[in-house]
Amino acid sequence: MTRAPVNKIIPLSLVDGPGNRTSIFLQGCNISCAYCHNPETQAVCNHCGICVSGCPSGALTIVGSRVKWDPEICKLCDQCIKVCPTFASPRVRNMSPEEVFQEIQKNIPFIRGITVSGGECTLYPNFLKELFAIANENGLTCLIDSNGTTDFSRFPELMQLCNGVMLDVKAWDEQIYKKLTVGATNSIVKKNLQYLADCNKLEELRIVCLPGEVDAEAVISGIAQTIGEKACSVRLKLIKFRHYGVKGRLQNTPSPDDAYMQKLLQLAVGFGFEKAVIV
Amino acid sequence: MTNVLEIVTSRKLTYEQKVMSLAHAAEDTLSIMSIPEKARYYFDIKAIDDLYEGHAPYRPRYIMPDYEKFIKNGSEFLRISPPEDLDELLNSLMILYRHVPSITGFPVYLGNIDKLIEPFLEGVSDEEAKKKLRLFLNFLDRTITDSFCHANIGPEPTRAGKLILELEKDLQNAVPNFTLKYDPDITPDDYAELGIYTSLFCANPAICNHKVHKETYSSDYGISSCYNILPIGGGAYTLSRITLPGLAKVATSIDQFLNQLLPECLLELGNYMNQRVSFLVEKSGFFETSFLVKEGLIHPDNFIGMLGITGLAECANLLMGDNGKRYGHDVEADNLADTIMTIISDFAAQFPAKYSKISNGRFMLHAQVGMDYDLGITSGVRIPVGDELENVYDHLRHSARFHRLITTGCGDIFPFETTGRNNPGAILDIVKGAFSLGAKYISFYEENSDLVRITGYLVKRSEMEKYRNEQIVLQGTTHLGAPNYDHNRLENRKVRGV
Repeated sequence: MTRAPVNKIIPLSLVDGPGNRTSIFLQGCNISCAYCHNPETQAVCNHCGICVSGCPSGALTIVGSRVKWDPEICKLCDQCIKVCPTFASPRVRNMSPEEVFQEIQKNIPFIRGITVSGGECTLYPNFLKELFAIANENGLTCLIDSNGTTDFSRFPELMQLCNGVMLDVKAWDEQIYKKLTVGATNSIVKKNLQYLADCNKLEELRIVCLPGEVDAEAVISGIAQTIGEKACSVRLKLIKFRHYGVKGRLQNTPSPDDAYMQKLLQLAVGFGFEKAVIV
Repeated sequence: MTNVLEIVTSRKLTYEQKVMSLAHAAEDTLSIMSIPEKARYYFDIKAIDDLYEGHAPYRPRYIMPDYEKFIKNGSEFLRISPPEDLDELLNSLMILYRHVPSITGFPVYLGNIDKLIEPFLEGVSDEEAKKKLRLFLNFLDRTITDSFCHANIGPEPTRAGKLILELEKDLQNAVPNFTLKYDPDITPDDYAELGIYTSLFCANPAICNHKVHKETYSSDYGISSCYNILPIGGGAYTLSRITLPGLAKVATSIDQFLNQLLPECLLELGNYMNQRVSFLVEKSGFFETSFLVKEGLIHPDNFIGMLGITGLAECANLLMGDNGKRYGHDVEADNLADTIMTIISDFAAQFPAKYSKISNGRFMLHAQVGMDYDLGITSGVRIPVGDELENVYDHLRHSARFHRLITTGCGDIFPFETTGRNNPGAILDIVKGAFSLGAKYISFYEENSDLVRITGYLVKRSEMEKYRNEQIVLQGTTHLGAPNYDHNRLENRKVRGV
């Protein structure tokens, strides 16, 4: 059976797509952005056990050679994440699509659909496919929130079941992208942008804006040139960088000012992004 | 007569508030009702509460005039001809509102306001209409100085409704309370979303389950005061309530409460309400003299008596005793609460209510009532503030279960995170879900909003602050709201969102 590491399930989310949705966060990411605001979802726990003895509520134990987490007594104090050499949360459940859906089902009829996020959820394409099939049968729409480094065209069945992708376009210039993500390239992201626009699966585009780190102006014009007239119908979120949750070299970096964000918004509107917003 | 002197010399009341209070004090010097010993006992232990409705009712508590008829016919008594343009319409309404009595001294129902205005907007630009409507709305807010006053919009979308919502967002008025009658089969999503979006700025409008409520009476319904579902062209004679925790405190066992105390107390309450209704109909002369009756804007056949319920949560918790089971959290407590509600509902279904033709000779249940002196008594069937369910869906499922038996007004209030403004569609999804399960009424306000809902009516936090500092405030309901807000720690209401 297909399983995926689930970091958390949020029953009510106002910020992960249209309408009210249940969001599922999978653990593990293939890139490590300097501005990531939930770096504890990047690495997958390697069961080294360093976190176990320091857990104040005794929710972590070693069973066999694996770290076991007891959600019933966990106080969510984050001590385990603080001491982990890779900031990997041990508070992860390995779940089957059926098990995840059992939790989602409790939220019907209050939700319109689900959004699977991460980490990077496309690292688990078969899990997504099976989960979406069940969700579809139950009348829920399914969105993917992705960094776009997985080539979506390789998964036509998944794309059939998925209502849309919320795509992070982090940087346009290859070198800037590499620096931000610590070594990744963005050629697949650009390919996906075209592919998703062509098959009408582009639900939302996101740019985290931080001058000096992100070439937001180039991203806006690059997207516009790639997707053409679709720019007027797709929602573009210009996300103001905030340091909350960020670990590493950007953890004390201030947010860009409102004037800069407004300038980007004007630029986006000028390129035809009628649904551009600052968040 | 100290009370009267206190009113006359008060430094906390406006002139208008003094006049109202003096009228009340005068009425209360009478002893018209004969209150048997048993009923007296239930009054004394605060299980029956007449809500200061006065000792000799001389007007119905809530009146719901047929404003459409007024617009069609004008009024001979007020010497008003049927209005022919927007100015005449708004002016006519302003005049009529002044002459609609109620328990508060002000009109509690202003009509399906969008429907009244819509036909008069033809040929009037948005800009021009907004200027006139702004003056109209501000007149209402500054002269109806009691926020137990309601106007309705929907379920169909109208230009008038849209303009009113846009204005309300900026005006930040406490009066009137607005309710959007919502039916997903009639109301378009974007219109409902505009309503929700507006409520995250000014706590207005609330949203009512039109599909459920339209079945309440054989005729059309309106929402008055702070969520009373009443027949248009009539209203409510009275609202007296059973304060369940008062009764639970003297219970010797659950069994004694259910089989002896509760039925006996309900019977006394029913008889008392009948006395009030009888005096009003037979002795007060209201229905023989009011021009509203003569001109057909109301009819005695369209009035009902509302039997109020409050403190179901604390009652169930008290009866659970030392086992610590809580209403909203434990099956046992909820099942007991359900049994209590069934007993009350069955009582109302068989007890003969006088002069209540439209409700087939029965009193109807209401659960929206809260008084300034309600200390540790949660309004209606709500889960107490501070004890709300973590998951809002579980909370709403619970609401739907307990709204079921209450026919004339029962709702929930949710403060929402500011981010809700970015996605009113998400909040609408939650409303749709709740209404599909049978929840009847939901309202939202933004977590930092100046306007907040107390039990159902709106009060400004800034006004409450003035009142606490012993300053004069325009709206009488601030006097009621501030102590209730403090006693029941409403600032701690669980804020919803992500």
